[in-house]
Amino acid sequence: MIGILDYGCGNLRSLENALAFLGLASRRVATPEAIAGVDRLIQPGVGHFGHAMTQLRSRSLEAAVKAFAASGRPLLGICLGMQIMFEGSDEAPEVPGLSLLPGRFESFTDSTLKVPHMGWSLVEFGDRMGTAYFVHSYFLPEWNPGTPSQRLGIAQYGRPFVAAFRSSNLAGCQFHPEKSGTWGLGLLKELVTW
Amino acid sequence: MVMKRIIPCLDVRNGRVVKGVQFLNLQDSGDPVELATRYDAEGADELVFLDITAGIEHRDTALRMVEAVAKAVFIPFTVGGGIRRAEDADALLLAGCDKVAVNSAAVRRPELLTEIAHRFGSQCAVLAVDVWRTPEGYRVVVDAGRTWTEWKLEDWLDEAQRRGAGEVLLTSMDQDGSNGGYDLESLRIASRRLRVPLIASGGFGEARHALEAFRAGADAALVASALHTGGLTVRRLKAQLIQEGVEVRSC
Repeated sequence: MIGILDYGCGNLRSLENALAFLGLASRRVATPEAIAGVDRLIQPGVGHFGHAMTQLRSRSLEAAVKAFAASGRPLLGICLGMQIMFEGSDEAPEVPGLSLLPGRFESFTDSTLKVPHMGWSLVEFGDRMGTAYFVHSYFLPEWNPGTPSQRLGIAQYGRPFVAAFRSSNLAGCQFHPEKSGTWGLGLLKELVTW
Repeated sequence: MVMKRIIPCLDVRNGRVVKGVQFLNLQDSGDPVELATRYDAEGADELVFLDITAGIEHRDTALRMVEAVAKAVFIPFTVGGGIRRAEDADALLLAGCDKVAVNSAAVRRPELLTEIAHRFGSQCAVLAVDVWRTPEGYRVVVDAGRTWTEWKLEDWLDEAQRRGAGEVLLTSMDQDGSNGGYDLESLRIASRRLRVPLIASGGFGEARHALEAFRAGADAALVASALHTGGLTVRRLKAQLIQEGVEVRSC
């Protein structure tokens, strides 16, 4: 059973629809007990980095997500849900993330770019190159070279940044695979069934 | 690099697509889900539904349609029409659409943009602006073009952006329905003014028109009747744009 983390940060409906379309059973999980009871966890998220961490902490979910990740079960973060897997972000410099992986998110500084980066951009993700739908203002500039990764996806918006990854049992997408058409659905399936 | 977007627009009344849709091989050419699926398969980057249902049934039929579309189509879609309060936007977004478009209600009460942007983020607050060309520049109109406002295009864009609009859908009433090309001057004015994406609307007839709009500064092109009448597909349109060197998502 796939659990979708329900912590008050964005709409879960699209993701539920996409999983149902792929024939994958899911349920919302909103308590530490419910998190412990699923085989896989998807951590979605839209909004503000600081708000997302506040929501996780005020609902006493931080330890449960960390324990889930430490158990070796697959955890997939999407958009802001991916960002909070790392150490921090310029969006809320004083707020530590879950720190499951090393790295900090930065804001786009090129004044000729429209921010947020919204729309379709090419992602090179190993043998699965495709076009993904992004909506984000902060990005991970590079993958920490000391952290092993099975898959690494890179996109460009004024500069290269980490668009997707899988590292052991942890995976993430900065874009929205559930909104990236047929290619996105294929990638989502891969990231929740490996 | 963000690709230029092609966005089919569907007018919906009482849960049915209206405006002479004539696709071949469709059982029921007025079904929004069937059409949305068709456009998605052809390579549409996004969809816009403008709900023109009047009266009190409006809200429920719109929500049912959004729920059905969201289960079948996995590209972003926007719903406009009849959104007057943040609660209206809330219901539509929870039903599964990605963005909401506001037009007349935002002119009457600009705080609406702020409310939607604060609650859900600017990325889902689309401002639809209708303009007529006048000797003194472009003037904003509401109520489907019937009512003039005091706003000049430039001033309304500044205000709306300040209020939290995350994207602007600019329709030229002069060109709308003409198939003669977008109003390029208004697009140039708007793109100079905006830090958020600009969608060109009104007048699309052939691939060349989308190319002109992109060159005038638009990030996306809204296409309606030229697609619905079956003369052109999104796939063919994109193939033509790619030949012209435009970066679009190919499917």
